[in-house]
Amino acid sequence: MSEQKKMALIASQGTLDWAYPPFILASTAAALDMEVQIFFTFYGLTLLKKDIKAKVAPATNPAMPMKMPFGPKGFQDFEWPMPNVLMGNMPGFESMATGLMKQTFKNKGVASIEELRDMCLESGVKFIGCQMTMDVFGFQKEEFIDGVDVGGAATFLEYAADADIQLFV
Amino acid sequence: MNDTTYDQELDCKGMNCPLPILKTKKQVDAMDVGQVLKMEATDPGSINDMNAWSRRTGNELLSHNVEDGIYTFFIKKS
Repeated sequence: MSEQKKMALIASQGTLDWAYPPFILASTAAALDMEVQIFFTFYGLTLLKKDIKAKVAPATNPAMPMKMPFGPKGFQDFEWPMPNVLMGNMPGFESMATGLMKQTFKNKGVASIEELRDMCLESGVKFIGCQMTMDVFGFQKEEFIDGVDVGGAATFLEYAADADIQLFV
Repeated sequence: MNDTTYDQELDCKGMNCPLPILKTKKQVDAMDVGQVLKMEATDPGSINDMNAWSRRTGNELLSHNVEDGIYTFFIKKS
């Protein structure tokens, strides 16, 4: 095995679909013996809250397939011709789409965001909250899970400068 | 190939990326050097993923085979 690789991630989105990539990559990198730090900024900060309330936003995801997570296979595979751009503005549609996505993920054996986040912490992934956006959004460190450090752009860049992988999600 | 002797086993059937890798890593970490883990998965991506994982972590992937949609891996802890 070569020397330990490092990965630096920026998590800037707070929707359910975009919450997956940073936690999947971070937990897997740790399983590959890499050192990982995630810098949570803007809407990504909400992923540090004790209770994650991330939803999918069909209105801004016109390519999102609308599928049902129950019933016979043919029914499940059917792509409902719903114009997300229009439906996304209907009250309750976002919650429904979020519920369907969570159920589909569960049916397909995909871990929940909370599980992946726990596995990140268990395997030593470091979480940094962006001080500036915390201030702007009025978030207190106490609202976040334990073990979150707080810093700014320089904190991230110092780590990223020595990292082998740097990704902005 | 399935006659390989092993010390521990792990069932990752039905799990999707990245769970098989995360569970394998956790279990291998708790094993002694030289011990062998038998891991079963149904995720078709697990062949490439397990190979990548073993190259990266230095644990030896002794063998893998596919039968009836079940991927069986034998991993020796290094």
